[in-house]
Amino acid sequence: MSDSQPRIVVFACNWCSYAGADLAGVGRMQYPPTTRVIRVMCSGRVTSGFILEAFRLGADGVLVTGCHPGDCHYISGNQNAVVTVEKTTQLLDLLGIETDRLRLEWISAAEGARFARLMTEFTEQIRILGPSRLGDPHRHELHRLTVPDAVGVDT
Amino acid sequence: MSEEPRIGVFVCHCGSNIAGHVDVGAVADYARKLPGVVFVQENMYTCSDAGLTEIKTAIVDEKLERVVVAACTPRTHQPLFQETCREAGLNPYLFEFVNIRDQCSWVHMRQLEAATHKAQDLVRMGVAKARLLQPLEEQEVPVEPSALIVGGGMIGVTAALNLANRGFEVKLVERESELGGLLLHLDKLYPTQDDALPLVQARVAEVHRNSRIEVFTSSVLQDVKGFVGNYKVVVQDREGRQSSFEVGGIIVATGASVLKPEGLYGYDGQRVITQLELEERFKTGAFDAARVVMIQCVGSRIPERPYCSRICCTTAIKNALEIKAHRPNAEVYILYRDTETQGTRYEAYYTRAREAGIQFIRYDLERPPEVSERQVVVFDELLGARLGIPYDLVVLSTPLVPDEEAHELAQLLKVPVDEHGFFLEAHVKLRPLDFATDGIYVAGAARWPAHLEETITQAYGAASRAATILSKDRVKSSGIVAQVNEYLCRGCGRCVEVCEFGAPSLVEVSPGSKAARVNPVMCKGCGACASICPTGAMTAMHFTDQQVTAMVRAALREDLAVDATVRSAP
Repeated sequence: MSDSQPRIVVFACNWCSYAGADLAGVGRMQYPPTTRVIRVMCSGRVTSGFILEAFRLGADGVLVTGCHPGDCHYISGNQNAVVTVEKTTQLLDLLGIETDRLRLEWISAAEGARFARLMTEFTEQIRILGPSRLGDPHRHELHRLTVPDAVGVDT
Repeated sequence: MSEEPRIGVFVCHCGSNIAGHVDVGAVADYARKLPGVVFVQENMYTCSDAGLTEIKTAIVDEKLERVVVAACTPRTHQPLFQETCREAGLNPYLFEFVNIRDQCSWVHMRQLEAATHKAQDLVRMGVAKARLLQPLEEQEVPVEPSALIVGGGMIGVTAALNLANRGFEVKLVERESELGGLLLHLDKLYPTQDDALPLVQARVAEVHRNSRIEVFTSSVLQDVKGFVGNYKVVVQDREGRQSSFEVGGIIVATGASVLKPEGLYGYDGQRVITQLELEERFKTGAFDAARVVMIQCVGSRIPERPYCSRICCTTAIKNALEIKAHRPNAEVYILYRDTETQGTRYEAYYTRAREAGIQFIRYDLERPPEVSERQVVVFDELLGARLGIPYDLVVLSTPLVPDEEAHELAQLLKVPVDEHGFFLEAHVKLRPLDFATDGIYVAGAARWPAHLEETITQAYGAASRAATILSKDRVKSSGIVAQVNEYLCRGCGRCVEVCEFGAPSLVEVSPGSKAARVNPVMCKGCGACASICPTGAMTAMHFTDQQVTAMVRAALREDLAVDATVRSAP
C-alpha cells in the first residue's frame, strides 16, 4: 500500500458482513482500496490478540464487523465481539493508541450499500486521525508492545 | 514446523470481471515470489472445466499440498474448488480462497494500480494462511429423511405434496386454522380467470389424504436446533401444546401480506377499498358499482418502499375484466405509473383489457391522483391535462409486504432477510432457492412478490433442492470445528458456558482432573470457545490463532508474511 493511504484491517463474519461485502461488489459500489478483509466464521472469533497484533504492525485502523444483534448465525457470537472490542478499546487507551482507530459495526448480508459506506466513512475517519504512531516498523519502542502470538491475551 | 508445504496459486481473470480492473499478470508474478509457492497459473475462468482440470493436473504433477484460488467469493465457489481438490486427492481443507473480484476489482473499478496492489496483498494473506492450513476430517451423520415446511399456503402445500410423493415424510406447519393461505381469499386467478378456491381446495384435500404429510394448523415454529440432515424442531399450537420432531431439511413458504393502505387516498374499506377487498365482494356477491377507479402503486415504488410488487398490474387487469364480466357497461379506469405485464401471456392479457374498454391513465409520482368525496382528480401524463373522474368505488392496488412474523422466523432459522424484510436467498442467480445455511430453502412470496405460476415453480424447485439432501443416507458435517488440547486445558469450563450449541463438555480425564471435550457433530465452528479459552487449549480449526494472526501480519507487512508465521506455528 502506498504511504499516503490508511491501512485498515477488517474482520468480517462469514454469514452477514462478508456477504454484505460481496453484495457491495455485485452492486459495483465503489469504496477506497484501503481495507483488507479477513474472513472469520463469526465476529465472536475475533480476539484482542488479533486486533492488537494489527495495531502493533502499524495498522491505522481495525474494523470488526458482524451480524446485527439478534441475527447472529451463532445466536450470541456478536455479543462476544462487543465484549472483545470494549476490552481492546481500553487496552488501546492504555497503550496510547487513539481508540477511534478501532470500531465495531453490524452489517447484514443485505447491506452491501452499508458495507461500502462504512469502508468509505471509516477510511475518512482514519485519514483525519492520520497515520498510526506505530506505523513505522523501525521505531524501537514498538518492540515493547509485542503480543505473544495472540494466545496470551486473555479476552 | 515441518518443511514448507508446496503451494499452488491460481489467479482468475473472470473474463474481464477481474482482468478489466486488476493486472492479473502482475498478481500472478507477485504470487510466484511468495514463500512456499511453487506453481502459479492464470485462468480465464478458474471455475470452468478447463480451469478445474488445470488445478487437478497441477495438484498431481506439481505435487501441490495447498491450493489457493484468487477469484470470486467463497460463498458461491468454495464447494466447487474444494471438491476439485478432493477429486485430485488433496484434503479439501487445504484449500484457501482469495476474493479479488467482489471485494476488489468490482469495488475499485478504474483504479488499476491500487486494485492490483490490493489483490497482491490479498493473495499474500491467503498464501500466509494456506501455509498453515491443516487437513480436517468431516463427520458423517445420518440424514433424517423428512422435511419441515413452514407455511401452508399454495406454495407450502405444493412443496409438501411434491416431497411426500417422492416418499419423504413431511411436517407442514400453518399459522392459521386451515391450509390454503392467501388464495383462500382470492376470487379469480389471472390470466385464465379461473376460480381460485377450487384449485387450492383440491390441493389441500390432496394433502389431507396423504399419509406422509402431518399437518399442524394454528401452529408456529417455536424452536429449531441442529444442522443439515438433522434439525430438531419444536412446533407449538395456540393452546401451548408442543410437538417435537427431527427433520433433514426445512422449506420456508410463509408468503407475504397485502399492505393495508391506512391513510392513503381516503381508504375507508367502504367506497375506497383494496383489490383484495374487491375480490371479497365478488365472492360474496356484494360488488355493486358502475364507475370504478383503480389506483396502482399505492404504497410501492416510493422512497420508503421502493420495490415493485410485480403482481398488482395483472391483478388490476384481472379484476377490471371481472367488473366488465359482472357489468359490461361499467366504466373502469386504471390509473398507473408504469404497466408491467411482461411475457407472452400477460402482454396479451393487457391487450385484452384495452379491447374490453378499460381505460388506462398514466400519472406521475410527483402529481398523484386526489380522491375526493365525488371524484378522483388525476393529471394525465400523456394528455397533459387534469381529469376529474366521478366514481362509485375506488380500488387501491397495494403491494405484497413481508409477513410481520418473517423477521422472527428468520432469527429462529438463522437466515437473512433483505432490506425490505423479504427472505434473502444465498445467491440471486446461482442459488435462488437456497439459504446460505445448508438444508434450508425458500419459495414463494416470502422471497419477493411473484406471480402464482412462478411461486409454484419455486415450490417444485425448493422441494427438489430439499430432496437432494433428504435422498442421501448420510451427510458430511463441516470439518471446521473446535478441537481441545487436553494437555493445555485446565477444565475451567468457559468454553462450555460460551457455546450456544452444547458442543463442549467437561469430562474427567484423570481422578479429580477435568478437561473439555468437543462433540464435533454439534460444533458449528464459530470459534467463540477458542476466543474465550484462557490457556489456548481450544483451537478453532481452519481459523486458528496462528492462521488468523498470519493473515493479519501478511495484511500489514510484506516482510512478515513468512518468518513470523513459521515461528508461531505449532
